[in-house]
Amino acid sequence: MSAVQLTPKDLKSDQEVRWCPGCGDYAILNATQAALAEIGVPREKMTIISGIGCSSRFPYYMGCYGFHGIHGRAAAIATGTKTANPDLSVWVVTGDGDAMSIGGNHLIHTMRRNVDLKILMFNNQIYGLTKGQYSPTSPAGLKTKTSPFGSVDLPFNPINLALGSGATFVARTVDTNPKHIKSTLLAAAAHKGVAFVEIWQNCVIFNDGAWKDWSTKDARAERTIDLQPGQPLVYGKDNEKGLRISGGEVEVVAAADADVWDPTTAAPLAYVMAYLDEREDLPHALGIFRQHDKPTYDAAVKEQVDALTAKKGKGDLKKLIYTKDAWQVG
Amino acid sequence: MSIAVTRQDDVVIRFAGDSGDGMQITGNQFTDTTALVGNDLATFPDFPAEIRAPAGTRAGVSGFQIRFSSTDIYTAGDIPDVLVAMNAAALIVNYKDVAPGGIIIANTGNFTERDLQKAKLATNPLEDGTLDGYRVIAIDINARVTEALAGSPLTSKDVLRCKNFYVLGLMYWLYSRPLEPTLEWLAAKFAKKQDLADANRTALRAGYNSGDIHEVFQGRYEVVPVENALPGTYRNIMGNHAVALGLVAGAELAGLKLFLGSYPITPATDILQHLAELKEFGVITCQMEDEIAGICTAIGASYAGMLGCTTTSGPGLALKTEAIGLAIMTELPLVIVDVQRAGPSTGLPTKVEQADLLQSLFGRNSDAPLPIIACATPADAFDCAVEACRIAVQYMTPVILLSDNYIANGAEPWRLPEMDKLPHFPAAQVTDPAGYAPYARDGKLARPWAVPGTPGLEHRIGGLEKEHITGNVSHNPENHQLMSELRRDKVLGVRDTIPTPEVSGPREADLLVVGWGSTYGAIRSGTERLRRERNVSVAHLHLRHLWPLANGLDEIFARYKQILVPELNMGQLSRLLQGEYPDHRFLHYGKVKGKPFTAREIREKITAVLEGKS
Repeated sequence: MSAVQLTPKDLKSDQEVRWCPGCGDYAILNATQAALAEIGVPREKMTIISGIGCSSRFPYYMGCYGFHGIHGRAAAIATGTKTANPDLSVWVVTGDGDAMSIGGNHLIHTMRRNVDLKILMFNNQIYGLTKGQYSPTSPAGLKTKTSPFGSVDLPFNPINLALGSGATFVARTVDTNPKHIKSTLLAAAAHKGVAFVEIWQNCVIFNDGAWKDWSTKDARAERTIDLQPGQPLVYGKDNEKGLRISGGEVEVVAAADADVWDPTTAAPLAYVMAYLDEREDLPHALGIFRQHDKPTYDAAVKEQVDALTAKKGKGDLKKLIYTKDAWQVG
Repeated sequence: MSIAVTRQDDVVIRFAGDSGDGMQITGNQFTDTTALVGNDLATFPDFPAEIRAPAGTRAGVSGFQIRFSSTDIYTAGDIPDVLVAMNAAALIVNYKDVAPGGIIIANTGNFTERDLQKAKLATNPLEDGTLDGYRVIAIDINARVTEALAGSPLTSKDVLRCKNFYVLGLMYWLYSRPLEPTLEWLAAKFAKKQDLADANRTALRAGYNSGDIHEVFQGRYEVVPVENALPGTYRNIMGNHAVALGLVAGAELAGLKLFLGSYPITPATDILQHLAELKEFGVITCQMEDEIAGICTAIGASYAGMLGCTTTSGPGLALKTEAIGLAIMTELPLVIVDVQRAGPSTGLPTKVEQADLLQSLFGRNSDAPLPIIACATPADAFDCAVEACRIAVQYMTPVILLSDNYIANGAEPWRLPEMDKLPHFPAAQVTDPAGYAPYARDGKLARPWAVPGTPGLEHRIGGLEKEHITGNVSHNPENHQLMSELRRDKVLGVRDTIPTPEVSGPREADLLVVGWGSTYGAIRSGTERLRRERNVSVAHLHLRHLWPLANGLDEIFARYKQILVPELNMGQLSRLLQGEYPDHRFLHYGKVKGKPFTAREIREKITAVLEGKS
C-alpha cells in the first residue's frame, strides 16, 4: 500500500462545491482531501458514504467513489459496503441531525459492532439544510425557528454517546484548525475498527459562532486541551497549565504535574474528559479520547465465511438442492 | 385377528393440541414420511402468535393439517377426515371442521374438569352428545405414554411430553406408514440426549403397536403413491426454505455472491436462518438493528458488487419504503422478499393474507416503479426467487418477491430442477473506463454497474435526481421528466423477458378465475373439480408477474365472458387489473380471515357468479 501517493488535488471531483460562503465545511473538505491523500490507499478503493444534510453533500466533491444516501442511513449503507468488500477504505460523512437524531440507531449499532468505518460527524448544533431548527446537540434554551422561546430539549454529548456505544476510536477536532483535522483523520485512518470523529463545525448562516468560545485560535489555547497519546494533559497559551485526574475529579495543576494521556487505557478516563464539556472552569477536550483494539465486524464476518468454506469445501449448489432425503419418481 | 387394510385415495388429517404439545413437529414428521412414501401432499400449519399461549385454552391451540393423496393435489384440504385432539380446547376449536362421520381421536387424559374449565366448557364434549355423528376414538394417551415409559429416567413431566410421538406412531399405524424416517430423525435430533431419543422412540413404537393391540380401530388404511407423477427427483420443501435456496441459486446463476441484510420478523425469519447456515456458498448474512438497516446494508452491499437482498413481512416492508426508493434512484440490483401476513399494523402475525400487493406497487413517495413477482406454492418459491434475482441483475433494479405465511410454512413435494437447465444471467460489472458513464443505458435501459475498487470508474451516486448519462446531480426540469420516464420504461421493459402465462382449462369459457400467490391451490382445485364433475365452463389464470403484467393478458381476458379475482384481501389485484384493462370487468372476491381459501369456497363462488347470484 505504501507505494500509493496521492495529492489533495487527486481527491477533488469536477463538481462545483456549493456550501455557503464562510461555511466550516470548506476547511474540513480541504483537510480531509489532504489527509486521505496520505493514507496510502488508491483512489478507487476509497468510498465516501453520506446521509442527508449540508455535510452529506461531501461525496460529490471527492474524487473517489461516493454514495449520497438517505437521511440517517449512511452508517447502515456503509456497513453493507464494507462488509461486502473489507478491502475498501469506507468513510461516512454525516451531521449532528443525520447521525444522532434520525440515524441514531444505526450510529450506535455500527459503533458497538466495531465496523471498520471512519465516521466524520460535523456538529454545528443546528439543522442547516432545512434552514435553522434545533438539533439533538443544540444547547437547551437555543432559540431557533422551531424553538422560538428556547429549546427545551437537552442535548447529546456526542463523545459520551460514542464512548458508551463501545466505539473503539473516539476523537474530536474543530473546523478552525485544519492541521488538527488532518492529524486526527490520519489517526482515524490508521485505526483498525470504527472511528468516530466529532468535528465542531460553524454554520455561518443559522448558528454562527456556536463554537466560538472554544474554536478561535486564542480560545483554543485557553479553553481546550488536546488529548494526544503519550502526551501530557497541558493547555494554555504557553502550555503552562495541566490537568490531573484523581478520585474521579479533574484538577488544574502546573504543566509539570499533568497526567500523561493514554487513550488505550481500560480505565474510564475518556468519559471524564468528555464531561469537561459541562465544566465552565475547565477546558473542553479535543483530540483522541479512546483508541482500543478489538476485532472488527467486517473481518469477523469474512473469517466465518472463509473458515466454513475451508472446512466444508466451496458450496455445491447441486448438493444443496439434491439432498439425501430426495426420492426418485419414474 | 388381523385388521383389514382399506385403500383410500385422498386423506386430510389435522393434528391439534396445545402450543407446547409439539403438534408442528408431529405434523412435519408425518409430512416427511408421507413424502417418502410417494404421495402428493400439501400442509397447512396454523399456530398462535404467542410461543406458549396459556396452556389448555382455546387461544393456545396449535394445529397442523396435512392432506396426502394418490393423485395430484393443490391444497391442504378443506375438510379433515381425521382430527387428533390432544386436549379439550383443541377438540372444541376444531371438531366442526371434520367431515361428517370422520374420525376424532381424543386424548381423554386432557379432558379433566380443569381442562374443561380452561377450554370454557360447561360439560364434557366427549360425553354430552357434541360429537354425535363422528367416530370418536377416546384414548387416555397420557396414561398410555406413562405406561409405555415406565422405568424411563425422564421426569414424569418429560415423559408426558413424548405423547405427540405416541400419537404419531398411532397415525403411522392407521395409515400404514413406515417408522424408520422418524426413528432416524430422532437419532439425529437427540444424538446428545440419549434418554430423550429412547423415550420418544419407545413412545412412537408404543403408539404404533397400540393400533394392533387395543383394537380400537375397525380397520387400517393405505394411500398408495402417486402413479402419474412427473418423472424426476423430488424432495419435500417449505416455502421459506425454497426462497432461501432460490436466492442462493439466483446469486450463483448471476455469478455473484449473495448478501442478506435482515431483521427477524414473523413469518420471514426462517429465510435469514437458512441463509445464515450457508457460509460455504460465500453467503453473507447480517442481522441488523432494524428493518431499515437490513435493506440499507443490502443496498450498500449491492453497491460494492454483491447481490443484495433483504427479507421481511408487511410491517417491515413499510419501514423499508424510503430505502427502496433509494435503490430505484441509484438503480442498483436488490431483491426484497415480503412474506405477507395479515394486517394492518401488527395484525395477525402468524396468519395468512395477501394484502401487500398495492403497498409493493405504490407504497413509496413519488413515481417509484419496480418489478413485482409472487410465488404460488412452496416449490414455486424457488423458481420465483431465481426469477427475482434475474430481473434485479439484468435490469439493475430492486425487485419485490411476494410470498405469504401459507407458502412460507406450508410444504409440498418439490420436483427438483435439472441443474443444467437453470437459466444463467451473468451480471455485467464494467471495468473499462473508456466511454464509461454512470447513467448510460443498455438495450434494457439498465445502467452500467461499476463497483468501488475498479480503477478509473470513480463516480458518485445517490438519492438526488441524476442527469441522464453523466449521473451528475441535476435539477433540470426536462431531465427529471426524462429520467422518470426512463425509470418507468425500464421496469415496463421486463415484460419482454417474461412469458404470457398459460390458462388452465378451456381457451374460451363463461368464466375466467384470475389469481396470484398462494390462492393457486384452492383456485386450481376448485376450477378443475367443477369442470370434471359438473362440466362447468370455467378456466384458471394465475399470475406470477404482477408488475409489469405480462404481454397478452388483454387477449386472454377477451376470451371469457366474466372474470373473477379471488384474493385474500379487500380488492387489490382486481383494482390493478381494472385500472390496466378498463375494457374488461373484474369481479373481486375477497377473504380476510387469516385463513386461506378453501377449494369449496372457490367452487361455491364460481357457481354463484355463473348463476347470476353474485
